[in-house]
Amino acid sequence: MIDLIEQAQLLPAFFLTIQLALWSAAFALILGTVIAILRLAPVGVLNALGASYVTLVRNTPLTLIVVACSLVLWGQLGIEPASRRLPDGSGNPDFISSLNFRLGVIGLSIYHAAFVCEAIRSGVNTIPLGQAEAARSIGLTFPQSLREVILPQAFRGAITPLGNVLIALVKNTTVVAAIGVFETAYRMRWIAEFRPADLMPGFALVALGFVILTLPLGLLVSHLSQRLAVKR
Amino acid sequence: MSSTSFRVAALAAATALVLSACGGDDDTGAPAGDGGSDSTSDAGAGAGDGEGITIGIKYDQPGLGLMEGSEPSGMDVDVAKAVAEKLGYSEDQITWAESVSAQRETLLETGQVDMIFATYSITDARKEKVQFAGPYFVAGQDLLVAEDSDITGPDDLDGRLLCSVTGSTSAENVKEDVPGVQLQEYASYSECMEQLAGGTIEALTTDDTILAGFAAQDQYAGQFKVVGNPFSEELYGVGLPKESEDCEAINDAINELWEDGSMEQIVEDNLGAAGYTPNADLNPPEAGGHCG
Amino acid sequence: MSGAAVLFDAPGPRARRLHRILTAVGVLLALALAWVILDRLIDREQLTAARWDWLLTGTAWTNYLLPGLFDTLRAAAIAIVLSMVLALGLAMARMSEVAPLRWAASIFVEFFRAVPVLIMMLFTFYFLSINQFTPSGLNPLIGVIVGLTAYNSAVLCEVIRNGVASLPSGQREAGLSIGLSPSQVRRSILVPQALTAMMPTLISQVVVITKDSALGYIILYPELVTSARRIGSAEGATLPAYVVVAAIFILVNYGLGKLAEFVESRQRRRNRSAGGVVQAGTATLGAGVVDGGQLMQDAAGRVHTNVGDAASEAAHRRREPRDD
Repeated sequence: MIDLIEQAQLLPAFFLTIQLALWSAAFALILGTVIAILRLAPVGVLNALGASYVTLVRNTPLTLIVVACSLVLWGQLGIEPASRRLPDGSGNPDFISSLNFRLGVIGLSIYHAAFVCEAIRSGVNTIPLGQAEAARSIGLTFPQSLREVILPQAFRGAITPLGNVLIALVKNTTVVAAIGVFETAYRMRWIAEFRPADLMPGFALVALGFVILTLPLGLLVSHLSQRLAVKR
Repeated sequence: MSSTSFRVAALAAATALVLSACGGDDDTGAPAGDGGSDSTSDAGAGAGDGEGITIGIKYDQPGLGLMEGSEPSGMDVDVAKAVAEKLGYSEDQITWAESVSAQRETLLETGQVDMIFATYSITDARKEKVQFAGPYFVAGQDLLVAEDSDITGPDDLDGRLLCSVTGSTSAENVKEDVPGVQLQEYASYSECMEQLAGGTIEALTTDDTILAGFAAQDQYAGQFKVVGNPFSEELYGVGLPKESEDCEAINDAINELWEDGSMEQIVEDNLGAAGYTPNADLNPPEAGGHCG
Repeated sequence: MSGAAVLFDAPGPRARRLHRILTAVGVLLALALAWVILDRLIDREQLTAARWDWLLTGTAWTNYLLPGLFDTLRAAAIAIVLSMVLALGLAMARMSEVAPLRWAASIFVEFFRAVPVLIMMLFTFYFLSINQFTPSGLNPLIGVIVGLTAYNSAVLCEVIRNGVASLPSGQREAGLSIGLSPSQVRRSILVPQALTAMMPTLISQVVVITKDSALGYIILYPELVTSARRIGSAEGATLPAYVVVAAIFILVNYGLGKLAEFVESRQRRRNRSAGGVVQAGTATLGAGVVDGGQLMQDAAGRVHTNVGDAASEAAHRRREPRDD
């Protein structure tokens, strides 16, 4: 078993999965918030932009988005988020692996931003109209009512869906195997191809790894959402 | 009351089983022509009934085994047809089945196909499970590069961008031989070709026959060349089940094909557009020695 | 909260000017981005007729795209039916009075919600290929279906439990008081109501399943993404093929999303007119439906069963994006 973990490089693979998830979560949160603001803004064109982003991205399989990052973003548009040379001028031995990692992060962020946006919107949607009406009627200005009444409740309401996006994101990192990032799905496939006798223990280890990663997240999310739930 | 919930759960589970079984049956019974998987399952029924022959080929490799609709084409397909003819099967007695790399031994062992022509290299590990007639062709791992590229062999790859397919032995080989290479792995060759055509990636590696098959396509005419400096030997064999008795007969058929020049013609027809010729040092191979 | 009208004051002259500026900026940015990308693609000769003319030949459709779409939808259809049936069984087991049954179902649900669909597909496919239980030709299909069903049945199980928990407690109490056993109450009163209420969720889950079936490319299931690859091999047009396939996915899933919305709004209307007790979503909360109504699940599926009244339960149940 230890042997298999070492040969299939499962620990580095899970480390990569965690890194992918953290970076993508950060970028998806930023991008998703921006899009949510676009969708809530009182300007028609911005609404439409946000809405089309969400519709397009959410209905496309993640595989295609990730592959597009490699084939279009890198291959066609020439965007190369990694350096071919080290600062001292010699060739960067990790060029392809860091390039693919970063393209993978971009793909995951683009995809999950659409879901972050919807999570934030659903957070806003949990607030009864009366809250905003009450805030306005006691004379709070728009920024005040947003700051004091709407956003705090929206944030609490969005904890559960945001947490679920995060959990989904952790599992979705497996999809970047399509562009040759050596994470868990890639290793799982390696075991199946080159060590078929170890398929069962390999699967058990990988599955266990994901249970260990996602179960505490799920517990944390439900704990937080119950603690912070707005009682109505 | 507890027994009731058990019963409900059991019922649900049983329903699930029945339904899943139905799902499976539907697929087996579905008429051919709506996708690769169906033709394969039809093949399972057809194999071994004495009237026809089921041959496993690749469905997605231009120049070697490519299925367009129900029309297969490529070098492996033509060799298969010629061998089948010598065994006494006419073309309409052949049922084609897709044999993806990971499943080739399984397909033979379970009798779902009678023989496999699918860039199937003879290796000792595989010979434990199946037997091989042939080799009918010797290919080698090589590089596909742009027409004006200065790459002439694996030694030039240090620090260059090379493309291959995830989980392939070609990829593993290159990683060992040229540690300095920047290896980009995709799920299929089509992505590699896209990146090679766009100039993003400098070389693609796998068997020279496969490379020539891509380079011979109309869309890529004049764009690429196979370097012609193979750094491995791949003996393409005809995969057969252990219990098959056709092995020697197929060897004879293959030798005849080389002797009467039809093998050269087949290679020329399918891969000639890429300027590819078989490696003269290794071809024609002596068929035989891998039976049983 | 339906947003704008309450959130914002009616714009005055300055706000209107600001809005006009923002509109202009938005349009310009979008156009600039589109222009840069198009320019680059034209530069790289991606938009020439030679790259796209295969799309107009009938064979590209009859040989690749239509069979691919068929196989995508077939896997999705089988998976959603199996998931639903399995989810019902799991939900019954998870709500059962028999502790071991409850535990077993809980372990199943928690495990398969944690394992990525892709890993599950890979495992099933190679497991079947190595052990030869099934005809090889069926292995990719079975792999895809098992991967999709394992995950989605676990998710739908939780949706059913949430649905049951969000019913008014009077429903259960009335059932018990006329002498039904708890499991009878669940079977004939609670679950049927929860099922009606979850129709939109079910349709949304079909979108998730359809998208996830694309992961079948990794085990060479001949769905749309695999078809795109084959077009790429046969026609030397991988990128255009991916674009076409993405467009097909977006159209199909957009249609499904709209269907889910329609079903949901119809249910809400019907419930209101009948004074019904079952509320599909956050009906009390203004525009509670996030459009497309995709994906929902309570806090990692844990239900707050002891909250009694329907309105507050409904407030706890949120539709939220959850996707794998």
